[in-house]
Amino acid sequence: MSTKSDTIQCVATLENLALVTDFIEDCADRFDLESQKKFGLLVAVEEAFVNICSYAYPDSEGKAEFSCWIDGTDFVLEIADYGKPFDVLSLPDPDTTLDIMEREIGGLGVYFIRRLTDNVSYRRENGQNILRLVLQ
Amino acid sequence: MDFQAIKEANATIVTVTGRLDAVTAPEYEKAVNELISGGEIAFVIDFNGLDYISSAGLRGLLVTAKQLKGKDGQVRFANVKGTVKEVFDISGFGSIFQMDDSVAAALAKIA
Repeated sequence: MSTKSDTIQCVATLENLALVTDFIEDCADRFDLESQKKFGLLVAVEEAFVNICSYAYPDSEGKAEFSCWIDGTDFVLEIADYGKPFDVLSLPDPDTTLDIMEREIGGLGVYFIRRLTDNVSYRRENGQNILRLVLQ
Repeated sequence: MDFQAIKEANATIVTVTGRLDAVTAPEYEKAVNELISGGEIAFVIDFNGLDYISSAGLRGLLVTAKQLKGKDGQVRFANVKGTVKEVFDISGFGSIFQMDDSVAAALAKIA
C-alpha cells in the first residue's frame, strides 16, 4: 500500500540545497528510514539536485520538485525538473582506480546516485525529466 | 562547515567540521588555497567532526591535493570514519589519499 506523498518545489539553485536536504531528511525520519540508508539518500539527492542546477537549465532559472512516499516496504523519491531532456543515467561510471593526478571528478555524482540507492530509473514525461530513487 | 587551521612544527592541521557539499566545498578550497599561497605545503586534515561529504566535497579535496602535489607538498587525512568513509571507499578516494587513524599518526608520518 502506498502512502500519500510529501512534495517540495523550489528554484534549482545551489542556495536551495539546504532547503531540499532538510526536507528529504525530515521525510526519511518520518518514514523511519534507517540512518545508513538515509545518509546515502541525502548524498544521492545532493548529486541529483546539483545536476539539475548545472545541466537542466543552463541559460535560465527553473524549478525542481521532490516527492517522496512509502510503497509497501520501499521508500520512493521522485525528482522532477522541467529542463531539456537529459538522462543522467546515460553517463558512464568514472574510473575509480586511477591515481591522484589522473583522477577526474566527472561522473562521480551519478555513480553515487547508483551506488547509494537500491534502484534508480529515469523517464521523460509531460515535459519533465523524472529521476526515481528507491531504497528498500 | 567550520574550518580551523593551526600551524604545528611540521605541518598545518586543518579541522573541518559539519558538511562538505556543493555549497561549502568552494569555501574549503578557498581557505586551503590561501594557506598554500602563504607558503604552507604540508597539511593534516582532521575529519573527526565531518558529518557529511558528497562528490563536490571530494572534488574540493582532490583539487587541493593535486595543487600540493604539484608543489612537492603533501596532505594526509586523519579520522575519516563512519558514513563519510563509506563515500570515500565507494569513490575509490580511500585508496588514493594518505589516510591515518589520528592526527598524531598523520603528523608522525610527515615528520
